[in-house]
Amino acid sequence: MSSLLTDRALLWLGALLYLAGFLTGLVALTRRQASAGQRTILNTFLVGGWCFQMAGLYVRGLAVGGCPLGNTFEIVQFVAWSAMVVYFFVGTAFRVSLLGLFAAGYAAALALVSLLIAPWDAGHGSKLFGNNPWIELHAALAVFSYGVFGLLALTSLMHLLQNWSLRHKRLNGLFWFLPSVVQLDQINSRLLALGVLLLTVSLGVGAAWWLRDSASVDLPKLIVTLGVWFVYLVVGLLRWRARLVAVRFAWVCLVLFFLALLSLGPVNSSRSHQVTLTPER
Amino acid sequence: MESSLPVLFLLGASHHTAPLAVREKLALDEARAATLSTRLQATPGLREFALLNTCNRVEVYGVAPAASVAQLTATLGEITGCTGAELAGVLQTRVGHSVVEHLFAVAAGLDSQLVGEAEILGQVKAAYDGALARHWTGPVLNRVFQKTFQAAKHIRTHTAIGAGQVSVATVAVDLAGRIFGDLATTRVLVVGAGEIGLKTAQAFQSRGAGAITVASRTLANAEATATQTGGWAASLAELPELLAAADIVTCATAAPGHVLTADLVATALKHRPARPLFLIDLALPRDIDPAAAAVANVFLYNLDDLAVIAEGNLARREAEAAKGRAIVAERTAALWPQVAQTLGRGE
Repeated sequence: MSSLLTDRALLWLGALLYLAGFLTGLVALTRRQASAGQRTILNTFLVGGWCFQMAGLYVRGLAVGGCPLGNTFEIVQFVAWSAMVVYFFVGTAFRVSLLGLFAAGYAAALALVSLLIAPWDAGHGSKLFGNNPWIELHAALAVFSYGVFGLLALTSLMHLLQNWSLRHKRLNGLFWFLPSVVQLDQINSRLLALGVLLLTVSLGVGAAWWLRDSASVDLPKLIVTLGVWFVYLVVGLLRWRARLVAVRFAWVCLVLFFLALLSLGPVNSSRSHQVTLTPER
Repeated sequence: MESSLPVLFLLGASHHTAPLAVREKLALDEARAATLSTRLQATPGLREFALLNTCNRVEVYGVAPAASVAQLTATLGEITGCTGAELAGVLQTRVGHSVVEHLFAVAAGLDSQLVGEAEILGQVKAAYDGALARHWTGPVLNRVFQKTFQAAKHIRTHTAIGAGQVSVATVAVDLAGRIFGDLATTRVLVVGAGEIGLKTAQAFQSRGAGAITVASRTLANAEATATQTGGWAASLAELPELLAAADIVTCATAAPGHVLTADLVATALKHRPARPLFLIDLALPRDIDPAAAAVANVFLYNLDDLAVIAEGNLARREAEAAKGRAIVAERTAALWPQVAQTLGRGE
């Protein structure tokens, strides 16, 4: 029994529960049944998926002796997990209609893709952070901020859909249940601020150690991470100054997240040369 | 059927049976409704009754021998002033099973002029509560009305008969909710102090819009409309400033040309680029330049756009009504044997 519950098995269970939540939500939506009961079913699947995913990451963490952020598979899983954490807070605080459905689809897609692409999990680092909790915190916060930016991309997508439906007077189906444009815009601004704050703290923690040991700095990773942070910071400032608003703001947040996700590959491959790889179990 | 045995009956008229002119005569004000109730109480053999009196229907639900029911037509004629000939063509009498079916459909909004409207359920509840408080109801009507509320709630929850707004003003308010969410923080500018402007302003007021300003060429007209909506009055000369401060603008003037040009809208948006502007053009010819729709963060809807949405919603409600009627039939079949037993007639 215990051999069946490997980290990957737990992560598969989590991914499948996210998928089940997404599909049941989608069916309810097509039948226009956005009731409290349906929301409870969806949230049950999401909480279940999140628990299994966390258990899987925990088992993987025990195996690698630290936060499991040693390869693309682990990072993508962690991004999906982080997005769900933020969703649980944002969804509860703002009661954003349909965000659960979008979050379920997003988490299911990330988790399943990472599980299906075997090379992403071909090897993983052991003692990746050299028993340094500060570097581990730096990495965890950085990846967590990607989870926030992921949710920001989702709410930006919802903003674009709502804007499109209102402009083209297509107000039925999925569009019927979308939150208001203003509510989505407010959530986008707050998520952007939260993501930038987390990434700033992460970089601050990392910088404190890099200054002491500049030889350990992985330059491509540093450049890409600083680039992502800087662009998000500029976007945040432009939004604050009302220079980048509404649809353009949503588009930028959406595109920027995909670019940030794409940057994970080069960052990870550059770092993987520096870590000790253990064979796949 | 023995005429001395009590039956469950309905006697009344609605928009389905009576033209507007007759409904106007049948409509009971508070005093006449009280008089009718007193007369009903005094009707020999009438064991239970409840009076449903709305703008579109006057219906008496009751339990009495068939012979007593026949007398009630004359009573209704006396109170309303309608002649026997007028009533003969419009009054409907139902007895037994079909009364339950009709009441279920009425309470669920399936029998309403605007299918799916929710107000009727409150009116049926009020009618029943009034009758219950005065001890006009008994075991039969109490059972029927309580089951009616359950059926109506079930139908409204499990079908989409109440989905979407079906009047131009409420569709506009609904759209504003989809742009701004909570309307309490929104500022509404009503351009034009006529009837349409007033109704739209009142629709926004009823949904809790934060502040309403009425602008008109004649300040006195603006003040009159503003008073009725709890808002402020302004002159059209202030339009550029008012536009920059507004979130929702509804235009319904008789002006021959555009009152709001695309340039005026674009200039106003420069002062508040982060906040959307919802423009509602209820005028013919149009008050707002259609080119204003191209300005970023502007949502422009004209009379046709709103009418299409309202008609679409009504069509969807009517399509859903079939599901509602199936539930009514099912629930009536389940309830009727119990009612029949209570009436002492067996199944």
